[in-house]
Amino acid sequence: MIPFLLINLVKIACVIGVMLTVVAYTVLAERKVCAWMQDRIGPNRVGPMGLLQPLADGLKFVFKEDVLSHHVNKVYFTLAPMIALVPALITIAVVPWGSQLMIPGLAEPVKGVIADLNVGILFVFAISSLGVYGIVLAGWSSNSKYPFLGSIRSSAQMISYEVCLGLSVVPVFMQVGSLNLSQVVEYQAHHVWLGLCQPLSFFIFVVSAFAETNRLPFDLPEAEQELVGGYHTEYSSMKFAMFFMGEYAAMFVASALMVTLFFGGWSLPFAPFNVPAQTLGVGLAHIGIFLVKVCGFLFFYIWVRWTIPRFRYDQLMALGWKLFIPLTLLNILISGVVLTLMSK
Amino acid sequence: MQVERPKLTIWERTYLPQILHGLWLTLKHIPRRKFTRQYPEEKPPLYGAYRGAPTLVKDPEGRIKCVSCQLCEFVCPPKAIRITPGTRPDGSPDANVEKEPKEFVIDMLRCIYCGYCEEVCPEEAIFLKRDFAIAGYKREELQFNMEKLLELGGVQEDSIWKWKYKGAPPPDAPAAPKREAKVS
Repeated sequence: MIPFLLINLVKIACVIGVMLTVVAYTVLAERKVCAWMQDRIGPNRVGPMGLLQPLADGLKFVFKEDVLSHHVNKVYFTLAPMIALVPALITIAVVPWGSQLMIPGLAEPVKGVIADLNVGILFVFAISSLGVYGIVLAGWSSNSKYPFLGSIRSSAQMISYEVCLGLSVVPVFMQVGSLNLSQVVEYQAHHVWLGLCQPLSFFIFVVSAFAETNRLPFDLPEAEQELVGGYHTEYSSMKFAMFFMGEYAAMFVASALMVTLFFGGWSLPFAPFNVPAQTLGVGLAHIGIFLVKVCGFLFFYIWVRWTIPRFRYDQLMALGWKLFIPLTLLNILISGVVLTLMSK
Repeated sequence: MQVERPKLTIWERTYLPQILHGLWLTLKHIPRRKFTRQYPEEKPPLYGAYRGAPTLVKDPEGRIKCVSCQLCEFVCPPKAIRITPGTRPDGSPDANVEKEPKEFVIDMLRCIYCGYCEEVCPEEAIFLKRDFAIAGYKREELQFNMEKLLELGGVQEDSIWKWKYKGAPPPDAPAAPKREAKVS
């Protein structure tokens, strides 16, 4: 019992630590990549090549005044940023970071996932849909019009796209035959990456994930030009920083899910990376492979953000309800037919 | 006027070709040459008639050219210049010039860099040079006195030698450099 707790606490600490570091550096990468795409240099004054910029930003957030306007509902106003950040941190618990680690001195290999749940993906959807509460509460408790409009948009958008998101991954689990994310990865390690056999699933999942994480081209909840700051207009200091971190943590989770479901998780399609690790080195390499893939998707997020303009609200809703939901249903039908025929 | 909308194919109506083209475009810009000027280290190029801070200049023999006629003080639109006139002592080699400024203050907080002082000066003693980043921690620091203005102005290498040689250059003077628009 005690070793179990200890191992899991160490795993949680490592995962949260790595995740928050990656989140901090994604913010820097966002600014850098956007600058490069616009023929600029980007932040380069703090530390070599601006690498200490996230530290400076964090310090700035800590020392900024925490404005609590008199017209806000103080309890929900304080609660909202926490609710926005925490679900993203929880959902990463079921994502397998690696296969297994053979730690010397331990009888059993340590699994590369914190919680090896059999309902993995359901857990992810259940928790991540709580994230919308943070945004709705923020908009409502702010008692001012722009946050309110932003949060209304956001709730409609996130609820619509959760349907697409959920339906789009159904064919993946039909093919794998399990909801456990570790088994999804092992299936891909043995057979083929699911992004190749389920391209439509993958495409709709990626687009819906963009909408779920409120990223451009679907960042209507915080559309700066029309809504000032959207749902976090009234926030400042660390409370704002928590929304900010929540957004990037959600990006991280979405990227991790894309990698896990469609791009083979920790595996590469050749030995020794296509089977669970038998040595410590390979185990660590698996985690590295996973992180590199996730970073690739994070770059894709940034790349898309600085390329595509924002959708109009009716376009967003039309895309979700009129196009993606019928397409996902059709995709489930076709996958079912094909899988039945192939199993015969 | 009716504008015929182009008929889009189904592939075009998915917007995917435009999105992919856009993604390719932004990707192409990543390795391109950057246009950022890293300001404090890299100064911007200043062209010929640039009007920076007004300064007082000395002639090639190190004499203050200003004779405190106060024309610049009178012409200055924001009244940034304040001159306290004084006389040159009788025994000095330039006693025939009679006047020189005892104190010459330009309030850089008021100066609008119009260049009227340079234009009006009959002695070519005041020039707008190229200093443009004028900043200080206190208002008093930006009251440039004569010492500071002379330091900023330096020696003006020009062909006017009117005090000693009645307008002609000295026999042994080096060929006077022509005043030309410099690009720094």
